[in-house]
Amino acid sequence: MKIEKIVQALELDVRCGKDYLDREVTGGYTGDLLSDVMGNAREGYIWITRQVHQNIVAVASLKELAGIILINSCQPAPDTLEKAEAEKIPVMVSGLPAFEISGQIYNLLTSAG
Amino acid sequence: MRKELSDACQKLKIPVGETNQNLYNGSFTIEGGNFNCAGIVSTSIKSILQKLGIPGDLVRKAAIVSYEAEINVVSYAKKAVVNLTVVPGSVNIEVIDEGPGIPNIELAMQEGWSTADQRIREMGFGAGMGLCNIKNYSDEFHISSEIGKGTHLKMIIQTP
Repeated sequence: MKIEKIVQALELDVRCGKDYLDREVTGGYTGDLLSDVMGNAREGYIWITRQVHQNIVAVASLKELAGIILINSCQPAPDTLEKAEAEKIPVMVSGLPAFEISGQIYNLLTSAG
Repeated sequence: MRKELSDACQKLKIPVGETNQNLYNGSFTIEGGNFNCAGIVSTSIKSILQKLGIPGDLVRKAAIVSYEAEINVVSYAKKAVVNLTVVPGSVNIEVIDEGPGIPNIELAMQEGWSTADQRIREMGFGAGMGLCNIKNYSDEFHISSEIGKGTHLKMIIQTP
């Protein structure tokens, strides 16, 4: 499933990387510990987190994640957006908490088969 | 694979000597305490390995181990030198830091054990998983440390 479909279904606010929303999402990972995501997320996953600082971009880029969704309307730091645009990583914001957004994305991905 | 690597080296203008089997040999420095630059060395290593034609899954392994080592230097050490050596059959990453050293390596290798302060933890680092990730994602991992001097990591990732 492409990121843009998740953006539409969950009404996400796309804060940067609008040109890369046609990227395929192969799964998801939810977590705020960067080493946890580094060790356990896989390429093509969408990452759900409340971390907003620029180091999340390096993790997403090194792991080749599809994009980052910030929960609870957390606002990305300005240098996070700048770096994410340069690294071609879409950053999106949702008003929902991690549990709900993860559940909804899980349903979308599994019902899409 | 060997030929592909040689071709990649030609493109990078890195000489592949007859006696010297290095496909790449370079050094980087990491500055301790600067979280704004954290990840730059790992990103460079990743891009060099991609240009050398190393398979994607192995490049990602190298990216993970170098990132975790880089974050440890930024979190705890004064500075470090990173040596990247790519030879036929393996990617070798060595991180030699000037820092406080690790008093008990066995303890430090336990998942969840951490000496990180609040500032580091708030950013989502310092969960006590870094060295475990390094061990899990490298084919060979050596660590040694001297109190008051620093820590020396060596990670080897085998390539086809």
